[in-house]
Amino acid sequence: MRFLVFLARRLLHSVFVLLGLSILVFLIARVMPGDPARMALGPRAPDWAVEKFRESLHLDKPLYTQYYYWIRGALHGDFGKSIFTRRDVTTDIKEFFPATLELMLLCGAIMSSLGIFLGVASARYANRWPDNVVRVISYMGVVTPAFVFAILFLLLFGYVLDILPTAGRLSPSITRPPTITGLITLDSLIAGNFAAFFDAVKHLLMPAFALALGPMAQEARITRSSMTENLQRDFIALERSQAIPERKIMSKYLMKLSLIPTVSVLALDFAAQLGWAFLVELIFNWPGISRYGINVMLRKDLNAIVAVIMVIGLMFLIVNIIVDILVAWLDPRIRLGAERSK
Amino acid sequence: MSPGLLDIRDLHVGFDVYGGMLKVLNGVNLTMEEGEKVGLVGETGCGKTTTAKSTLKILPTPPARVFKGEISFRGEDILKMGLAETRKVQAQGISMIFQDPTAALNPVFTIGEQLMDAIRYSSLGDSLSKQKTRERALKALRDVALPDTERIMENYPIQLSGGMRQRICVAMALATESQLLIADEPTTSLDVTIQDQVLRLLGTLVKEKETSTILITHSLGVVREWTERVYVMYAGCMVETARTKELFSNPLHPYTQGLMKAVPKLTGEGIAEGVSGRIPDYLSPPPGCRFHPRCAHRMPTCGEESPPFSNVGNDHQVACFLYKE
Amino acid sequence: MNRSPRRTLARRWEGAKKGWYKFSRNPLSVIGAAAVLLILFLLAFAPYVAPYPEHAGSFVNFREARQPPSWKHPFGTDTVGRDVLSRIFFAFRFSMAMGVVVLSLTVPVGVTLGLLAGYKKGTWIDTVIMRTTDIFVSVPPLVLALAVCSVLTPSVFNAMMAVSLMWWPWYCRLVYGIASSLRNEFFVQSAQVTGAGSPHVLFKEILPNCYAPILTKMSLDMAWVILIGSALSFVGLGAQPPTPDLGTMVADGGRYMPDQWWMTVFPAFAIMFVVLGFNLLGDGIRDMLAVEEV
Repeated sequence: MRFLVFLARRLLHSVFVLLGLSILVFLIARVMPGDPARMALGPRAPDWAVEKFRESLHLDKPLYTQYYYWIRGALHGDFGKSIFTRRDVTTDIKEFFPATLELMLLCGAIMSSLGIFLGVASARYANRWPDNVVRVISYMGVVTPAFVFAILFLLLFGYVLDILPTAGRLSPSITRPPTITGLITLDSLIAGNFAAFFDAVKHLLMPAFALALGPMAQEARITRSSMTENLQRDFIALERSQAIPERKIMSKYLMKLSLIPTVSVLALDFAAQLGWAFLVELIFNWPGISRYGINVMLRKDLNAIVAVIMVIGLMFLIVNIIVDILVAWLDPRIRLGAERSK
Repeated sequence: MSPGLLDIRDLHVGFDVYGGMLKVLNGVNLTMEEGEKVGLVGETGCGKTTTAKSTLKILPTPPARVFKGEISFRGEDILKMGLAETRKVQAQGISMIFQDPTAALNPVFTIGEQLMDAIRYSSLGDSLSKQKTRERALKALRDVALPDTERIMENYPIQLSGGMRQRICVAMALATESQLLIADEPTTSLDVTIQDQVLRLLGTLVKEKETSTILITHSLGVVREWTERVYVMYAGCMVETARTKELFSNPLHPYTQGLMKAVPKLTGEGIAEGVSGRIPDYLSPPPGCRFHPRCAHRMPTCGEESPPFSNVGNDHQVACFLYKE
Repeated sequence: MNRSPRRTLARRWEGAKKGWYKFSRNPLSVIGAAAVLLILFLLAFAPYVAPYPEHAGSFVNFREARQPPSWKHPFGTDTVGRDVLSRIFFAFRFSMAMGVVVLSLTVPVGVTLGLLAGYKKGTWIDTVIMRTTDIFVSVPPLVLALAVCSVLTPSVFNAMMAVSLMWWPWYCRLVYGIASSLRNEFFVQSAQVTGAGSPHVLFKEILPNCYAPILTKMSLDMAWVILIGSALSFVGLGAQPPTPDLGTMVADGGRYMPDQWWMTVFPAFAIMFVVLGFNLLGDGIRDMLAVEEV
């Protein structure tokens, strides 16, 4: 019961934050110098056309009225038109979002599973060679930005070894399976088209790993330090003195407690990668919402910019809530925070 | 001397830190028979907890090192034991109550789970079914006078008060029916009223189960009431031991005498005196007797050799050159 | 207590030696410190140590364009014939400038707001400040910076402003946690009781307790700010040609992959080098400032 209250408060908070974000982004987009209407129609359009267009964008009205129109539209799923693609922004988002989703899902899976695995191995063999190897790799992983990984992978696997494709989601020779989820990997499995599945996976590998290696290294480090720190605590000593087998202490008692900081950081790391996705999608020509975002930002396409930021913000918020739920499940101290008797 | 329950001989333990090694234990001796209630007294930082943890072999062995001495439990040196034998001793021989009950309990697991695991891996647990283990756990909680034991099994440590947590630690230590219980300052972190309760409880249970106990404390009052024999410790050395009555009526070591004088008298006579000076720096402890810089009776030999534990009769031993045999 | 100047000096020296001991325990921290010193040296003396200092600006020499690494040009040349190595040295200047400017703006602002919010926890000041930070941290840092940069004219200065705008909330939150937990401690209350005003309590009592995490974060942040700066330039929203910037160099060279790989790879490694150096240094600083537990 208390948990539902906790959840409700989180959701309310998130709605508030999204609203605040929309105001912030809206202000940023409208503050910019220059005339969006003129830019959209080009320098040769006649003044009256520009004036008319400006009216239709409500640019002549005060800011709060503009915001009102925008919110009203947004709640109906209408984010206006994109100057860049000349389509509804909503259509654009629907088209490009699944690609980014697919990429981020794989990235998230890699960074959490491999990250935790490496961290545990590192703590288990603390100060011996597996630990040292993992620590060196972790350092390199943490300091290398995703786009550097992307470039190196591209060079190594894409050109020198030539074993992985360098752009896009599917090779031109493969037909795309019917769109059900928008995730090509899933769609091809559903359709039973294994050739498409493997091809899609091959295209996913480099961008996903480029994005995942950094946070994976971070997760490994945090897991390791959390485990080694907890190993010093009294209750571990007590459990040892009770002759509980070492294996059980590590896998059960130590693990659950030590994973808490790791999981908490997952949200933050994931968020950071949502940012780096902008560059990685650009490098691999991945048709996702981040690449779309870069394109509209470079062209000062206001409606699209605002919409992209809102979508990213929403993704991040959802991930945060999921992670908060996970942490509350793991850590009774947070769940029962209100019930403290001492 | 016939092998008693526990025989710590000349134990030396050091911690590797910045600048060298902290020579925490410098030749600790402690003997006890079955069924005894022994007190281990000393000020904070004198090495009592380190001794306890060494006996249970739960010292953090990267910084800590046992570089001399032996600890015999029932005649066998546990320091030399391998992993499996050590586990056996831990399971059925010795158990411990930690000073801080909050730190001693794993915050993300229920009391029930921790208690049942403690029982399961003790000597009793080998053949017990899950049901029976749970019953034993509930009984252990009842033994320490905790109400509503079923609910407590499902609670997390954070939901309970400090006194309750310490009772649970007591329950965990005694539920395993071990032969030796080491209670490391079990009441220091509790309110005075709760202190009394817990000590009484401990006394009753220990008597019931005939568990030999080492009670570690820095309170002379507690020692006087609770123990049959006392070991006085200073700066990693054992300085005096005697039966409790004997020690209080006839303290011989200058440090013990100082401790006695430092306790204010209920009758209100005079002002309590402290012992001047401070505990030594463990990185470079004074040579010879570690107390000699603070001792009013010091002699030249005190700064050169460590005084051995000498018998002065009446089951009373002192480590001081004043009383050398 | 004897507070003669000679004794305090001796104590400070002892403290410094101990700090260095803790720092140098991890050889990687020392390497980090050395790397940062090297970078600082290179950027400070770039006009003197770079083999072709004039290449940093608008210089063209098409005969030497796109040369692979050689003795003459250890890192090769770029599309218009400029020496990559020299340009990297000068690019360090802009990277460091980015870090220094952003941190000098965000740290005072963020820390002050965080102190205020934490101290006055539960009041409207707290709510307003912290809700604002919530909004700023609800999107990935890079995204907001990109958005802000995209609506302004691309330049190094605007990039710095954009990054500063979304960086301050992190310091605010860091300090907020510490301040709100300390405000009920006795030393704060005793200061209040003796009549200390809020500024005194905030800056003289609470702030000193925050030095360690703030300093650690600052040294690690240098790396991240430089990284974000190079990401902005990579996309074209930061430094503009002919200004040498690591991010721009990576982007420009990317078009000529894989044949003229040196135009991208070396600047990319340079970015890694800077980030690695500051990360290691930051770790070392954290070790040095950490309170010892016996």
